[in-house]
Amino acid sequence: MTDFFLIAIIVLFFLIIFQISKASEYVSVLKGEEKSRRQNNKVNGFFMIAFLVAGLIGVWYCNKLYYPKTLFPQGAASAEGKNIDTMLWITIAVTGAVFFATQILLFWFSFRYQESDKKKPLYFTHSNKLELIWTGIPAIVLTVLVVFGLKYWFQFTSAAPKGSQLIEITGHQFGWEIRYPGKDGMLGRKYYKLTDPAKNNPLGVDWADAASHDDIHVTTTMHVVVNRPVKLVINSQDVIHDVGLPAFRMKMDAVPGTPTTMWFTPIYTTAQMKEKTGNPDFTYEIACDQLCGKGHFGMRGVIIVETQAEFDAYMATQKPEYYKAFPELDPDKKPASDSTAKTVAQNIKK
Amino acid sequence: MNNEEVSHEQSLVVHDLGHAAHVHHHKQSFITKYIFSQDHKIISRQFLITGIIWALIGGLFSVIFRLQLGYPDSTFPFLQDLLGHWAPGGKLDPEFYYALVTMHGTILVFFVLTAGLSGTFANFLIPLQVGARDMASPFLNMLSYWFFFSASIVMFCSLFLQTGPASGGWTIYPPLSALGDAMSGSKTGMDMWLASMGLFIISQLLAGLNYITTILNMRTKGMSMTRLPLTIWSLFFTAVLGVLSFPVLLSAVVLLLFDRHLGTSFFLSDIVIGGKILPNEGGSPILFQHLFWFLGHPEVYIIALPAMGITSEVISVNSRKPIFGYMAMVGSFFAIAALSFMVWAHHMFVTGLNPFLGSFFVLLTLLIAVPSAIKVFNWLTTLWKGSIRFTPGMLFAIGFVSLFISGGLTGIWLGNSSLDIHLHDTYFVVAHFHLVMGVASMFGMFAGVYHWFPKMFGRYMNNTLSYIHFWITIAGAYCIFWPMHYEGLAGMPRRYYDFSNWESFKMFGGLNEFISVVALIVFATQLLFIFNFFYSIFKGRKVTTPNPWGATTLEWTTPIRPGHGNWISEIPEVYRWPYDYGKDGRDFIPQTEPVGENENRH
Repeated sequence: MTDFFLIAIIVLFFLIIFQISKASEYVSVLKGEEKSRRQNNKVNGFFMIAFLVAGLIGVWYCNKLYYPKTLFPQGAASAEGKNIDTMLWITIAVTGAVFFATQILLFWFSFRYQESDKKKPLYFTHSNKLELIWTGIPAIVLTVLVVFGLKYWFQFTSAAPKGSQLIEITGHQFGWEIRYPGKDGMLGRKYYKLTDPAKNNPLGVDWADAASHDDIHVTTTMHVVVNRPVKLVINSQDVIHDVGLPAFRMKMDAVPGTPTTMWFTPIYTTAQMKEKTGNPDFTYEIACDQLCGKGHFGMRGVIIVETQAEFDAYMATQKPEYYKAFPELDPDKKPASDSTAKTVAQNIKK
Repeated sequence: MNNEEVSHEQSLVVHDLGHAAHVHHHKQSFITKYIFSQDHKIISRQFLITGIIWALIGGLFSVIFRLQLGYPDSTFPFLQDLLGHWAPGGKLDPEFYYALVTMHGTILVFFVLTAGLSGTFANFLIPLQVGARDMASPFLNMLSYWFFFSASIVMFCSLFLQTGPASGGWTIYPPLSALGDAMSGSKTGMDMWLASMGLFIISQLLAGLNYITTILNMRTKGMSMTRLPLTIWSLFFTAVLGVLSFPVLLSAVVLLLFDRHLGTSFFLSDIVIGGKILPNEGGSPILFQHLFWFLGHPEVYIIALPAMGITSEVISVNSRKPIFGYMAMVGSFFAIAALSFMVWAHHMFVTGLNPFLGSFFVLLTLLIAVPSAIKVFNWLTTLWKGSIRFTPGMLFAIGFVSLFISGGLTGIWLGNSSLDIHLHDTYFVVAHFHLVMGVASMFGMFAGVYHWFPKMFGRYMNNTLSYIHFWITIAGAYCIFWPMHYEGLAGMPRRYYDFSNWESFKMFGGLNEFISVVALIVFATQLLFIFNFFYSIFKGRKVTTPNPWGATTLEWTTPIRPGHGNWISEIPEVYRWPYDYGKDGRDFIPQTEPVGENENRH
């Protein structure tokens, strides 16, 4: 019933607007079309300047409301992100100036030069000087932006610095898998056809590669050390995902069949960031930024930035994935019986 | 023009004269006159009305998914009545949410702003403004509409599939779009999407070749290329872009179909999905993105250029002033068209693209800002010291410039790869492209419809409704898209069904609600336009003068309701450029008036 009334009200509202519009058309015919056209022109001319003023106030108000909710008041949480912020401010300054200048001119001209009997329009077809000015100046300004942009771009797309912490992150529908290389600093080889969750090998690690034996695999939550560059190797098991790290200003696609990389240096621990933002629930989140299916919006990961000591303590609690696949080889457990050890050895050879 | 061409043209005129004379005697049935018509004016109306219907559907979809974004915790029982199992209990299914988003993009980009915009105005204006009786090939022209129509039918049918229409985004990146196991929309829905797109591409190629041929070969006597109105220049470059880039999309469509059904591995490699290990190795999903964006980027200019052309024309007519810097405008059209082929990889900065290669795309992308800036400054100078008449068309043309500035400037942010890393695939991108190519081009289209409606239907649209339409739409568009920049700066990803579980993004709940309410109002306002449009076709105030806006171009030298063939007698000859407004103290001088002895050459 309420639906029906709602529809009736909307239809009535439309009818009223329509009747008014029709009536105004009749009135204009009676009054003389030229006269009413001129009146309408004045009204619309006034709206032009009113829209400009209202728009400028709106821009200011919107900024007041929402700027504090962006991540910019606190600044980027990575050393490289700081450069992106600098770049952003340069770009805002340039485009902001152009924005205000051109919008004000547009609506001001529209208002100022509305039809009037007093003045005749100027026959002004071209001016090479003017054209040169507004070809040249944008070209120079854009060159500056390109130079700054590429300087930073090459900085954080270059090879990760030596001593970076290597971590592999793999996306799938709809979650993230994290793999740490263990003490040897090397990630074990993978081949997707070896993937077998039933045998505790959800990532398709090739156990024949000894480098895989100390690799640690966890889901969803990644631990990294503050002030130490992190190099992520990014994989996908099914469709394209994207490792989006808004607080660090970083982002890279996870492409099946083509590993990608990205590195950055976190500069605030999660605890520091909670203080900085005044939000006790603050978390560094990994957001999937590439549409990957119906669960895309819930494909969330977490990064915990902590001190080296905290990180070491965390790592000490983790067990290499190899021992999950082959619990009988785990030195912490009692030695396995001979027969199982043999089959395991055979499996490895295969 | 050399002699050969002139004599050819003359024989054509003679032939066409006979043809035109026949028109009034020859009785046409309803079917040949209004359905399978070869008259470019009817075909253009067919494109326009089909485009309006699609815009209504695509707009409605956006309202439905905005309900979800604005009110993620509420249920809307009427949605279940409307959508059945896609909205159980009045709560939109995530899978269908993505289907709606995908269809909204596909419909608006291809069916409304490509077919509806350039299909309408290229068909309508090219013969009328260059001085031709019809297109070079009226039959191919008719075919192009009917291919578009069949593409529409296929796409429309896909909406009713049990597994839903395509839902992997309008960019249909594989593997998501290639594997039915990845998403139910990637089952039959994707096949129908691809089939529809194949038909659509054929339609665009037929149309584009026709437009180019007509502009190059069928100009009336005296209509040199530099005497063409800027609308024609923009439609010319649009057609060239389409003809060169749509075939590349066709190749992507075909290869994707092969991957889906013939077991090839063009785009697939190393995939484990739903517990199944696929045999495909060695393909690259990134290859698809290259093919897609090689069309996709020119495509945004296919959408934007006609709007720019219409805006140039409408602003000049209603400022009663010549367009400022005609040659610079033509040059910047050329520059934009040429550069648009060399910037596609700026959509792919975060795909693992070689950073060195990326740097070239940064440079070329930001270069496009130069011709765009030239255009904006030239429009501003055209307004300067004019005598502006705020016709509905003019309002929308001014609105176009405002939106184009707002959306264009953020292109400088996104084109710079180091900023794109943070802003890519966030609401910042949504705000950017909706302003610069979505809403702005819709404004160009509205400007064109209001301006040429008297020529199309011999009646005027209601002014009061048009003013309401304009002011609510421009204010609404800014209210919707301006705050989205802030969401994007916070890193809020696009294509999310619900943000409430995200610590980083949930603070924008109130804003999302506001945006949804405004979107609803703006959509309702468009219904007002659609009503005004159809009502005025039959009941609008009649046009009584052949040239109601006091314009110089050729279409206003035809009868008020031109028949097939456009001019009753001979096609008029052209003696001057189309922008002699306010020259030597005269309000305007039509293109058909010979240059006087004492007149200054511009």
